[in-house]
Formats: sequence, structure tokens, C-alpha cells
Amino acid sequence: MTRTTLTRRSLGALLAAGLLAGGLTACGNSDTGDSAGGGDGKIVLGFSQVGAESGWRTANTTSIKEAAAEAGIELKFDDAQQKQENQIKAIRNFIQQKVDVIAFSPVVESGWDTVLKEAKDAKIPVILTDRAVDSADKSLYKTFIGSDFVKEGRLAGEWLVKEKQAATGPVNIVELQGTTGSAPANDRKKGFAEAIAANPNLKVVASQSGDFTRAGGKQVMEQFLKANPKIDVLFAHNDDMGLGALEAITAAGKVPGKDITIITIDAVKDGMQALADGKFNFIAECSPLLGPQLMELVKKVKAGEEVPVRVETEETTFTQEQAKAALPTRKY
Amino acid sequence: MSTVKARLAPVTGHRLFWPLVMLVVLLVANTVYRPSFLSVELKNGHLYGSLIDIVRLSAPLILVALGMSLVIATGGIDLSVGSVVAVSGAVACLWISEQPDQNSLGGVFTALAIAFGLALVLGVWNGVLVAVIGIQPIIATLILMVAGRGLAQLITSGQIITINSEPYKTIGVGHLLTLPFAIIIALVVAVIVAVLTRRTALGMIIESVGGNAEASRLAGIRSRRITLLVYVVSAACAAIAGFMMTANVSSADGNAAGLWVELDAILAVVIGGTSLAGGRFYLSGTIVGALIIQTLTTSVYAMNIDPQTALLFKAVVVIAVCLIQAPAFRARFRRKRTLAPPPPPAPTAEKQKEQVPA
Repeated sequence: MTRTTLTRRSLGALLAAGLLAGGLTACGNSDTGDSAGGGDGKIVLGFSQVGAESGWRTANTTSIKEAAAEAGIELKFDDAQQKQENQIKAIRNFIQQKVDVIAFSPVVESGWDTVLKEAKDAKIPVILTDRAVDSADKSLYKTFIGSDFVKEGRLAGEWLVKEKQAATGPVNIVELQGTTGSAPANDRKKGFAEAIAANPNLKVVASQSGDFTRAGGKQVMEQFLKANPKIDVLFAHNDDMGLGALEAITAAGKVPGKDITIITIDAVKDGMQALADGKFNFIAECSPLLGPQLMELVKKVKAGEEVPVRVETEETTFTQEQAKAALPTRKY
Repeated sequence: MSTVKARLAPVTGHRLFWPLVMLVVLLVANTVYRPSFLSVELKNGHLYGSLIDIVRLSAPLILVALGMSLVIATGGIDLSVGSVVAVSGAVACLWISEQPDQNSLGGVFTALAIAFGLALVLGVWNGVLVAVIGIQPIIATLILMVAGRGLAQLITSGQIITINSEPYKTIGVGHLLTLPFAIIIALVVAVIVAVLTRRTALGMIIESVGGNAEASRLAGIRSRRITLLVYVVSAACAAIAGFMMTANVSSADGNAAGLWVELDAILAVVIGGTSLAGGRFYLSGTIVGALIIQTLTTSVYAMNIDPQTALLFKAVVVIAVCLIQAPAFRARFRRKRTLAPPPPPAPTAEKQKEQVPA
């Protein structure tokens, strides 16, 4: 076998890999309707989504599509499949089509200045959803709507402070962090720590990363249970780690929700089910359903009204009773 | 002194000596941090303790690493095992989740058979790319590494599939004779692989293909068939590991299941003394390697090492293991210390590829 054939084969294989990967993800491309700015006076919104990497994201997409239909806004939806270049291309397309408003969830934080400048020059207002960009020039976008992770952590902590206010002795807390270094992990940890500082009895005795996964949460919790004879509270940065930890707690012969108070964040369906079943005690919501709020903002921006630079997603918290009530109508 | 040394030589010179020392050091460090680390108690009729956790959680890695050993022995590498883990777990969980009775044994066995069958197909795909078409293994398996994860997400529609099936759960967390069922499965597979490779000529043939595929072919060995076989075995091992990992949490996560397990498996193989150049493999070393990796992970949690520094801690330990385990490094270190060059040990012979006389 000569060298050239080898290289050619490797190249072919790489191409095949690329094609396969592309083919598998190319399932949600832009729903191009009729041309933008139709004469019927409808507001036209161009939206570029990150992709469809999780149930959370899918619910986010559905919410935006439904809210647009309800608000009578014409939506041009584009799926960037986790790639910034796709997103930049989509935004340029929106500019050419002269849509009224552009909204997008940035795949990454940096590298947006040029394309946002183009939008600004074309006098098309831009709204960021769910994730922020790190542009120094804040005039490039009108507003940023998304969850406040610090607040989620704080809500979880505040509930615990209230719940344990009668406690006289020390309350031992273990924490399952999200992926090390990720914004939700850092911020939720920070918010929770701030809130529980109100009661010196509340102490985090161990804190480890469970990588936001069930397997990770379970594996870490198994060791927490062995290393700490007395664990009163588990705070998990998302439902999935909490669900994994449930199994470790049961295997250790303890009753989750009773022997150990469990607080999580997110409120995905399986988490809500565990809460309704009495295995979790409290969930602070991280809602993907920002569609209706986004459409409100789109209308205001189009009408030239002033909007706040930062809009928080409407989020709530759930106790066991509230979960039972909310579960039947839960969308994700 | 020298007589003691001479008497200990067969022990210290054994391939498994240094990896086992590292394993013991890790366990001792944990015990110093928390004296009850090694304690094992009987709870609900089965053994319970950190040691048992390590054994149970290392089972899937042992399986994947066993398959990887054989692939590496032929001079290849299989990057797709993590994706095969995700695909097999996803298929099994999806099938079970659609059964009216998730606890029915028939449904679970059908799910396992379908998922296992699909994994074999994926193994054949890898094997054909490498052995028949002649693509370099790292590229050939990279295709499935990327595409397989997409496939797993397609199967689960990007969601986490939760199941509630006791028989399936047993694979991951069940017990047999007070021991975790998962480790028993892993050991049974290990024994089967060991018997097939070491009690027959198969192991030697695999090594000879890794040493020199062309010479082996000229010697009358069907090199291509052997190469294809090891990729299929690797995928089969990965599939069983996938069942264990998903059964452990009773859910299939196409995104996270088996993520980076290929790298852990390669590391386990290397720690076990198998050369990446191919031509040799040590199954017992691979198993010890997998145990070391899991012990390391568990240590981070048990000793509550800060997550920010945990990766660095792991890296330092892994470097130490690899260096200590390398005969060339030990020889150099010894020479510096004593300034008297000892008779050179025979690491060179070990490092050389096995050449099968034609």
C-alpha cells in the first residue's frame, strides 16, 4: 500500500465522518415562510436557536414557536446546530430579509461584534435570549432575557433557611455541583452560599462536581454518604444529579426526602415527579418557557418603547404540594 | 542486602508489581484520611462500603478496557467504544420503556439482544473499515465516535429515557452472593476472554498480527479476519458496559453515557503494561489499571478534593503511575541514586514488538 492511497483513504474517511455527523444533526433547519415584511402588517421575528441538545432546549424552542403564533408574530426560525458560523449566517440572512426584530441564543459568548454591528446599521433591533454575549458595546443589543442562576441558588438557600430555622444543632449540607467552571454551577453555588450564611447552623460539609449527570450525582453521593455519617441536606445544582443521588441514598438504607432533605434546581419532568412523590423536598425552577415574555419584548422593541437591559425569565419554586398540582400540565 | 534484593526480584520484577503498589498506595492514602474507608459491612444482605463501590463502578471500565486491550494488541485503537456504550444503553432503555410491563424478563432479554446485536454490527463496521478497506484505526473508529453519539441522541430524541425495570436494574446495581452483580459479569467476561486468548493460540495470533500483520499473513494467519474480530469483541464488551452504566442509574442519557470512557480504557490498558505499539497484551494488567482509575475517581470524592484541583490531582497520579511502571525510568532513577550501574534489566526485550518467525 503506498503512502498516497493511505492519505487519500484517511481523507475519504474524514469526509465520511463529517457527512455522517452533519447528516445526523441536520434535522431542524430554518422554516422559511413567505418573504419577510409582508404587507399584512405582521411583525417579523428572526430567531436563531443554539440547537436541540437537551430536553430543556427543545421545550425552549417549542415555547418560542407557540408564543409567536399566539402573539400573531411571524417567526423565522433557524437551528444553528451548535455552530457560531451557522448563527452568524442566519443573522445575516435575517438582515437581508429585512425582518423587524432579531433574537438569538448565542452558542458562545464572544465574536459577535461585527454581525451585531451590521444589524445595528440596518436598524434592526436585537434581543439576546438565555445566554449573554461579552461585547463591550452594550448598544449592539436592546435587551437580554434569561434565567438568573445566582437567584436560583439563593431561592434554594432561602427555602432551606426557613425550613431549618427551628434547628438548634448544626445542619450538615452536602452539595452536588454542576460541571466545574460552568456559569450555572458557579452562580448557583454562590447564590446558595449567600442565602445560607443567614444561619450559622447551616454548613456545607462536602461539595463535589457531579457534572450535571445522573451517573455523576450517584457516584459522588455514594462517597458522601460513607464519608459523612450525618447528612441532613442535599443541595444539587440540577434535577438529574439529585435523581442519581436518590438511588445512592436508598441503597444506603436512608429515606430520601425524610432522612435527608433534598433541594434541586431546574424542575424537569422527572425531577417534578420525584418532588410530587415526596423524594425531593424543594425545587427552584429554571424555566425554558420564555416565549411569551420574549414576544412582549419584541412588540415593545418594534414599537420603539424603552425596555430594560436585563429581563429575568419568570420563574417560580415548587414544594411537594405545588409539584403535585403542577405536574399534570407540565410541558417538559 | 543483595540477597534480599535477589530474593525479591521475582516479585518486584513482575509486571503487575508497580501498578499494584500504586493501587495499595491510593487505598492507604484514603484510609489515612478516613480510617473507615476500607470497612465493609453487610447491609440488606449484601456487602456495602467504599471498596465495594470501587469494584462495582470499575466493572464497566474493566469490560471496555478488555476489548481495548485486544484491539491495541493488534496495533490498532478503538475510539468508538464510548459511543457504542451510549448507543447500546439507549437502544436497550428505549425498548424497555415501550414495554407494557417493564419488569417482564422477556422484554428485558429482547432489549438486551437487540442492543447487543446492533453493537456487533457497529463492531463489524469498525472492523471492515480497518481490516478490509485499510483505513488507519484512529480515523476509522473516529467516524463512529462522532456519528455514534449522534445516533444515540437520535434514538433517545435528545431526552433522558427513564425506565423502571427491576430485571434491567439488576445488571447495574444487583447483587449475587453478596457481591455486586456487575463485577461478576465483568469477571466472567474477563475469564472467557482470558481462556480464549491464553488457553488457545488465539492470543498469540492476535499479538503476531500486532507485531507484523504482513509477516503473520505470510506465515498463514488470516490477519484481516483477526483484526475484524477484535473490533467486534471490543464493541461487544462496550455494549455490556453500556447496559451496566445505564442500569446503574435506570436511565439512558445519549449525551453523557460513556463520555470519554475510551480515554479511560486506553489509560487502563497502558497502566496495565500493554504497549500502544501493539504486539503484546496483558489482561490482568488491564484489570488492575481499570481498578486504579476508578479508585482515583472515588478518592477525589471520598477525600473531598476541591473539584477545581481534582483534575490536576488525577493527572499527577497518572503520570506517577506511568513513570514508575516504565522499566526504563526506574532503571535511570536507580542508576542516579546508587551511582553504580546495575546489570541492565531486560526492559528492552519487553518493549520490542513480538515478531513471529515466519
